[in-house]
Amino acid sequence: MNERPPQPVTIEACPNGPLLVRGDVQLVDGQGDPIERRRRTIALCRCGSSAIAPFCDGSHKAIGFVTSP
Amino acid sequence: MKLPSPRGPLGASLTDLLVHPPQGTEAVDDEVLTRWRSAAAASPDPLTDDDLQLTLWTLYALHYRGFEGVDDAWEWDPDVLRLRRMLEEPFEAALREQVPVPAPAAPEREAVASALFAMTAPGPGPSVARFVSRSADATQAEEFLVHRSLYTLMEADPHTWAVPRLSGVPKAALVEVQADEYGGGRPERMHSALFARTMRGAGLVDEYGYYVDRLPAVTVAALNLMSLFGLHRRWRGAIAGHLAAFEMTSSLPNRLYGDGFRRLGHDAGTTEYFDEHVEADAVHEQIAGRDLAGGLAEQEPELVGDILFGAAACLYLDDLVGQHLLDAWSTGTSSLRSA
Repeated sequence: MNERPPQPVTIEACPNGPLLVRGDVQLVDGQGDPIERRRRTIALCRCGSSAIAPFCDGSHKAIGFVTSP
Repeated sequence: MKLPSPRGPLGASLTDLLVHPPQGTEAVDDEVLTRWRSAAAASPDPLTDDDLQLTLWTLYALHYRGFEGVDDAWEWDPDVLRLRRMLEEPFEAALREQVPVPAPAAPEREAVASALFAMTAPGPGPSVARFVSRSADATQAEEFLVHRSLYTLMEADPHTWAVPRLSGVPKAALVEVQADEYGGGRPERMHSALFARTMRGAGLVDEYGYYVDRLPAVTVAALNLMSLFGLHRRWRGAIAGHLAAFEMTSSLPNRLYGDGFRRLGHDAGTTEYFDEHVEADAVHEQIAGRDLAGGLAEQEPELVGDILFGAAACLYLDDLVGQHLLDAWSTGTSSLRSA
């Protein structure tokens, strides 16, 4: 039983990089099944090249991914 | 941990000192201090000087977990601290002389983060990660772990010294990264514990410092750099920059290390350390670059130069270590000192 107050969710769009997610958010796959979250703060891929999607693996740097501000 | 075998006059003098309890202030003869000072100052290249780097590592180890049979009181003995300073001075001078000075950045969060990402951008040249991924044999892979073990069996500790020296945004960022490094409350998930498992999986001893006598000066220097920056408050900018650069050059290489150990037939428990770092450090590099380094730059704009210098020094020493490994392996020799 989790009695601590809910943590507000923040999603930080890192320039040229992933979405950094903090707070109480549940990650689910296309079937609605939960995806295990192994750390408090997670980075979600937005370049499409990560080998561990939906998480970021730093591949955006290798492919020169650029976001517009 | 046992005291390492001395590699020259500095280490021999220190060992002579540490095997007895401290005698109070001014326990060391002026003659000994003079001998140390001249030996340290005479080093032609402090970054690759075995005696200087191993002796400095021994002195720093007193601040971490110490040695069997060495009185804990030596940590704050004024003579020992004077000796340490005599070694740090040529070490710092060599860093100032050899590390390329990075282009300046504005003391703003995004400007500093983007300067750090530019400095650490993946290059096309040969790398230890690519070699381990494609070509390393079992012996070379073990050597790689032995080099890594000096830092990684105490992963995160040198940067933790910075926590009480920071406040606000950069402090929260450092603690956020370190909490993850230390397993988020689960000791078996500590990165040092995951690496210990990797060492055991490769048939190596996972006890901290077990292999120090086999490591060349340059590997020891890479850890001493972190202790130098971590233990001195005046270097708080550099330790922040060091961590950012370290995290920014971790995710992609760790994927290759994991591939290499899988190619050599190691199981998931042995490669977990590398696989964990692919995901973890993709998070850490954002926090360390933007909130730790960038946040510190906004609080203390005069530290921008040190932040970038710390990152440049991290990359410079990592390159020296990498070059040492690749040079040895390309000529079919061991990268370790003989046992």
